[in-house]
Amino acid sequence: MSMIETTMINVSGVEKSFTLHNQGGASFEVLNNASLQVQAGECVVLHGQSGAGKSTFLKALYANYSVNEGSIVLRDGEQRVDITSALPRRIIALRRQTLGYVSQFLRVIPRVPTLEVVMQPLLDLGVEREICEAKAKELLSRLNVPERLWHLAPSTFSGGEQQRVNIARGFIVDYPILLLDEPTASLDANNRRVVVELIREAKQRGAAIVGIFHDEDIRDAVADRLVDIKAI
Amino acid sequence: MSNAAAQLQPNEGEWQDIEPLLSVRDINKFYAPGKGCGNINFDLYPGEVLGIVGESGSGKSTLLSCLSARLTPDSGQVIYNSEQFGAMDLYACEESQRRVLMRSEWGIVHQHARDGLRMNVSAGANIGERLMAVGERHYGEIREKAAEWLQAVEIDTGRIDDRPSQFSGGMQQRLQIARNLVTHPNLIFMDEPTGGLDVSVQAKLLDLLRNLVSRLGLSVIIVTHDLAVARLLAHRLMVMRRGEVVETGLTDQVLDDPQHPYTQLLVSSILQN
Repeated sequence: MSMIETTMINVSGVEKSFTLHNQGGASFEVLNNASLQVQAGECVVLHGQSGAGKSTFLKALYANYSVNEGSIVLRDGEQRVDITSALPRRIIALRRQTLGYVSQFLRVIPRVPTLEVVMQPLLDLGVEREICEAKAKELLSRLNVPERLWHLAPSTFSGGEQQRVNIARGFIVDYPILLLDEPTASLDANNRRVVVELIREAKQRGAAIVGIFHDEDIRDAVADRLVDIKAI
Repeated sequence: MSNAAAQLQPNEGEWQDIEPLLSVRDINKFYAPGKGCGNINFDLYPGEVLGIVGESGSGKSTLLSCLSARLTPDSGQVIYNSEQFGAMDLYACEESQRRVLMRSEWGIVHQHARDGLRMNVSAGANIGERLMAVGERHYGEIREKAAEWLQAVEIDTGRIDDRPSQFSGGMQQRLQIARNLVTHPNLIFMDEPTGGLDVSVQAKLLDLLRNLVSRLGLSVIIVTHDLAVARLLAHRLMVMRRGEVVETGLTDQVLDDPQHPYTQLLVSSILQN
């Protein structure tokens, strides 16, 4: 076994402020000189009070939010990509195969059946349909989404069911970098355990993970490091 | 240390080397001050879906017409990298070349299907016509391909001999898409493709479009005033206001972290469910 660490995420000097032009130009700073490195196989859990900027930081790591200063360099195979300056199509490609993001909200095209929703990210990578379908079914089973729901669109499901569909979708591709924004927020103990297993498996295959979890049990079960958002 | 620093240098080289499919330089087209579009500059790369959003009258459709060789701009250039002709300046080339592009390498999906279909010939003939325009002559093969494409857009092949006037709005729109895709175009222009449809039909069409675009690796420029449609289909957005582009970027970044006052207003005006 090689003991050389592989830095998957390297955040350096990131500043982020929001200016609300239609509300009197109010401006507030959320991140100030934030820096963080995450290695392959490591799970870093962010903590800090609500409103402290955890979600903003995670969204910046996904290039969902732009930043005012600093760099966010992600490893993509043999390449390194600074997502604060990369071309949109480079970020799209990065998200397709390297960078996964799971929130607690499912956002999909209405009327698309659950099974399709879950396997879409893997299909988009050009993987054969049968393989995608098998993996989607396995994840849905593990997350206790009843089989009778698989061919229905998730828009009518309960909040917890939708959330589990979203987690299955988020874990169907073995992303080398995984960002988890409270994916377990309203799950029961049983399903929380499944998510903990999924996260551990991802770590084992070498994924670098940054997550936000309000549940202390999950935090303790998956975190290699707790990082206070105000201190990074 | 210097070695580690060198390793951390982003390697963007090969991404910069890919040739754009469409290069737009300083396009201006004004009917009156503030009516039209101006100062438009962008590159579209193969496989990219670019959404053009903004309120009615912001110049989106005028721009789309200029980009798709249907409306000569007052100034500026649109360079298209053609499979058949190489790099060509759309408004400096032969009219005949533009016509060839329109029926082979390009597709145009209009908001109203009746603008893109021939309503008094059969569904099969609507698809077959495009094939014949690129030189297909074998009737059996044309009919077979027409049936395949009807299936691809989820129209019952038993309707191949029916006229589009007998189809529902959603079916007409899907037929228009099939007619465009049958020649395997590289670049598709869409003007509010889900605009006139019921919400329930819209969702199905969006799913179909998303799948086709991703499976065929199509490059698309789509004009829409519906930000939800833009979010689901577009990789990248251009936000227009009074004929000018006020903000561009990755779709979800523009919608979730808008920088320009107008984009902030646009995004905050969406009804949440």
